[in-house]
Amino acid sequence: MLDQLTERLSGVIKTLRGQARLTESNIQDALREVRIALLEADVALPVVKRFVEEVKTKALGQSVITSLTPGQAFIGVVHEELTKLMGEKSEGLSLLAQPPAVVLMAGLQGSGKTTSSGKLAKWLKEQEKKKVLLVSCDVYRPAAIEQLKILAGSLQVDFLDSSANESPVAIAEKALDYARRHFFDVLIVDTAGRLAIDEAMMTEIKALHQALNPIETLFVVDAMQGQDAVNTAKAFGDTLPLTGVIVTKLDGDARGGVALSVKEVTQKPIKFVGTGEKLTGLEVFHPDRIASRILGMGDVLSLIEDAQRHVDQAEAEKLANKIKKGLDFDLEDFKSQLIQMKKAGGLSAMMDKLPAQLTKNIPQQGGVDDKAMNRVEGIINSMTQQERRFPGIIKASRKKRIAAGAGVSVQEVNRLLNQFEQMQKMMKMMSRSGLTKMMRGMKGMIPGLRG
Amino acid sequence: MFSFFKKSPKENTSPAPTQEGWLTRLKSGLKKTRDNLQNKVSGLFTGRLNDEWFNELEEALILADVGVKTAQLLIKNLKIKAKEERVEEAAELKPLLRSMLIDLLSPLERSFDPDRAKPFVLVFAGVNGAGKTTSIGKLAQHLKNHHYSVLLAAGDTFRAAAVAQLVAWGERNQVDVITQEKGDSAAVIFDAIQAAKARQIDVVLADTAGRLPTQLHLMEEIKKVKRVIAKADPSAPHEVILVLDANTGQNAITQVKAFDEALQLTGLIITKLDGTARGGVVAAIAGECPKPILFIGVGEQLDDMQPFSANSFVDALIE
Ligand SMILES: Nc1nc2c(ncn2[C@@H]2O[C@H](COP(=O)(O)OP(=O)(O)OP(=O)(O)O)[C@@H](O)[C@H]2O)c(=O)[nH]1
Ligand SMILES: Nc1nc2c(ncn2[C@@H]2O[C@H](COP(=O)(O)OP(=O)(O)OP(=O)(O)O)[C@@H](O)[C@H]2O)c(=O)[nH]1
Ligand SMILES: [Mg+2]
Ligand SMILES: [Mg+2]
Repeated sequence: MLDQLTERLSGVIKTLRGQARLTESNIQDALREVRIALLEADVALPVVKRFVEEVKTKALGQSVITSLTPGQAFIGVVHEELTKLMGEKSEGLSLLAQPPAVVLMAGLQGSGKTTSSGKLAKWLKEQEKKKVLLVSCDVYRPAAIEQLKILAGSLQVDFLDSSANESPVAIAEKALDYARRHFFDVLIVDTAGRLAIDEAMMTEIKALHQALNPIETLFVVDAMQGQDAVNTAKAFGDTLPLTGVIVTKLDGDARGGVALSVKEVTQKPIKFVGTGEKLTGLEVFHPDRIASRILGMGDVLSLIEDAQRHVDQAEAEKLANKIKKGLDFDLEDFKSQLIQMKKAGGLSAMMDKLPAQLTKNIPQQGGVDDKAMNRVEGIINSMTQQERRFPGIIKASRKKRIAAGAGVSVQEVNRLLNQFEQMQKMMKMMSRSGLTKMMRGMKGMIPGLRG
Repeated sequence: MFSFFKKSPKENTSPAPTQEGWLTRLKSGLKKTRDNLQNKVSGLFTGRLNDEWFNELEEALILADVGVKTAQLLIKNLKIKAKEERVEEAAELKPLLRSMLIDLLSPLERSFDPDRAKPFVLVFAGVNGAGKTTSIGKLAQHLKNHHYSVLLAAGDTFRAAAVAQLVAWGERNQVDVITQEKGDSAAVIFDAIQAAKARQIDVVLADTAGRLPTQLHLMEEIKKVKRVIAKADPSAPHEVILVLDANTGQNAITQVKAFDEALQLTGLIITKLDGTARGGVVAAIAGECPKPILFIGVGEQLDDMQPFSANSFVDALIE
C-alpha cells in the first residue's frame, strides 16, 4: 500500500498540536505532505499546485474551533476542499431529449468504453426502464464489435450489428435511423480507443458527434492513469463538448487521483465509476468517497452504505453491539458475517473499501478468496455449537471429524481457524480504534461528512 | 540469426534505424501537444542554475510520471554531480541528467532469446486493457519475420470476445490459435503447449485475462496457470511478462510488485508509448523493483513493437 495522507500527516499534526491556530509557518510541512500525497495518488501536478494554494488560503482563514486540534482542523479543510472540487453527487445521465437520446462514448485505448457501454445499457434498462439500443463504431480493433455484441446478448439488450468494412459515421447514421424507426429511448454508441494526438481519429470522433448530436458525450478514463490525464482530458474536451466522465477500474488499488485531474480540466461532472469487469460493476459517483480515497482515508461511507443495502439490519446490529462491547467474536458470528458479506458483494469488495490503516494488518494471503467462502461455511456447519462458541477446544481429533464432515482436508480446517483468528483480531482492532469511533472522529474532524 | 532481438546493451548506443524511426515519429507526433505542456524538460536547460531551476526540473520529472520519490532522488544526485563538476549553466546539466537516467535504465535492457528452448513458452499477464492481446499479435509478427514458427494460446476465457480478438490477430499473422469451447485458462495453455510439441513449433505465446492485483482469487488463478504450464513442460514458462500501459501512474509500481510476487516475472512490455504519456514510472520501477523491459509498444499495428533501448527511452523522456 502506498503511504496514506492521514498516516503522512499524523507526524506533522503532532507538531501542530498545542498550537492555537494555523499559521503560514506551522502549516508549511503539512502542506508539503498534502502535495506529496496527492502526487502519489496521481493527481496531476498543475491541479495539485492550485489545490495546495487553495487549502492554504482556506486553512489560514480558519478560526479553529476549540474542540478541534489545529491538525484535525487542517485535515478537515483538505477533505472539504477536495470534496468540493470533485463536484456534485452524480445525478446519473440526463436523457431529456427527443428520443432516441444518444450517449456517445470516447476515450483512450483500453480505458473501458465498451464495458462501460454495456454497464450503462444495463443500468438504463433496469433502473430507468428504458428501451436501449447498443451499437459499435469501432471498426479498427479486432473483435471490438463482437465484444459489444456479446455484452448486449448477455443483457438481452438490442444490438445493431455493424462490420469492419463500414465507416464509423455510416454506422452511426444507420443506428440513429434504426433507433428512431424502432422507438428506442436510448442509443449508446461505443467508439474505438484513440490517442488525443491522432488527428485523423480525433477528426473522426468529431464527425461522429456531429452525426449523432448526443445528449451525453462521456469521456471514459482509467483510474490507474497518471499525470498525462490532464493532457488527454484537455484534448478530448477541446475536440468534443463533453457532458460527463466515467472513471473505470476503481476496484483496483489505484488511488484514482485522475478523477480530480479530469474533473478540474474538463469541468464536467463525473457521472459514474466502474468497479468491476462484470456488468454489475457500475456505481453512481460520490465526491466525498473519492476524496477520501485519494486522501487514503478509505471508502468508509460506501462500506457502510453497502452494508446497509445488503445486510440484514438486525444481524448487523447484533454484531456491531458485540464489537462495541468488545465481546468475543465467535465462529457463529464469523459464519453469519460470511453470509452477510456474500450478500454485500464478497469479502474482497468489502476489504477494498476499508481504510488502509485497518486492512494493512490483515495478511492477504489466501485470506480473502470469495470462492473459498462457501467451503468455509461448510466447515463451520460441521462444527458443534460448542465448537463454534469456543474454537479453542478444536484440537486434532475434532479437526479430523470436522474435515470429514465438510469433505475438506484438515489443513483447510486449520486455515479457517487461522483466518478466524485474524478476523477476530481485526474486530478487536475495530472496537478499539474502531470503525464506529473512527466515524465519530471523522464527523468531528470533517465538516459536512455524514455520520 | 536473430540479431535484432539479441542486441547487447552496448550496441544499443547506436539505435537501429527502426528505433530512430520510432523516436522521430514519437517526436513529431508529440510535438504539437508537447509544445503545449507547461513543463517541457528540454526548455528548462537554459540560464544559470539555482534552486528554482531544480524545482522546475523536479516538477518536469513528476509530470512524466517519474514519481515524487524518484524525482527527488534524481535531483539530489544531480545537484551533487553539478557541484563535483562545477557546472553553473543549466545547458551543461542536460548531458549529466541524461547519463544519470541512462545509467538507471540501461540495466533494464535485456536480449530476448527464444532459441533457449523449444517450444519457447511466454505467458502474458497484466491489468485490464494494458495491451496484452495486442502485444501478442505484434510479437507473433516479429517472431514470424525472424522465421520462428508461432502458436498462440487463447487463455483469456473470461472477457467477452477475447478469444475472437486473439483469433483475429492469428489471422492477420497467419499463425494458429489454440482455443477451447469451455475450459479454463490453464487448460487452454496446457493444450497449446502439447500441440506445439506435437507440431514442432518454436514459440508459444499465451494470453491471459486482465486482472487487478486486488482480485486475489484471480491472482491465485494465474499462479495456477503457471503451475499447469510447468506440468506440460518442466522448463516452462520461459518468460513471464507483465504488460504495462505507459499511461499508468504510480500504481504501476504496485502492479510490478504484485505480479512479480505471484508469478516471478522475467520481463516487462511497456505499451502505448506512441501517445503523450512518457512512461516515466519506468524510472521508479528501475529504482524500486527493477525488471528487464523486453519490448515497447508504439501503436496498434502489426509492426508497432520495438526492443527497449534505454537511450531512446531517455531521449523521449527528456527531449
Ligand atoms: N476491474 C475492472 N475492469 C474493467 C472495468 N471496466 C473495464 N474493465 C476491463 O478493462 C478492459 C478494457 O475494457 P474495454 O471495455 O474493452 O475497454 P475499451 O475502452 O472499450 O478498449 P478499446 O476499445 O480497446 O479502446 C477489459 O478487460 C474490461 O473487462 C472496471 O471498472 N473494473
Ligand atoms: N496506441 C496504442 N494502442 C495500443 C497499444 N497496445 C495496445 N493498444 C490498444 O489498447 C487497447 C487494449 O489492448 P488489448 O490488447 O485488448 O489489451 P489487453 O491487455 O489484452 O486487455 P484485456 O484482455 O481486456 O485485459 C486496444 O485498443 C489496443 O489496440 C500501443 O502500443 N499503442
Ligand atoms: Mg472497446
Ligand atoms: Mg486481452
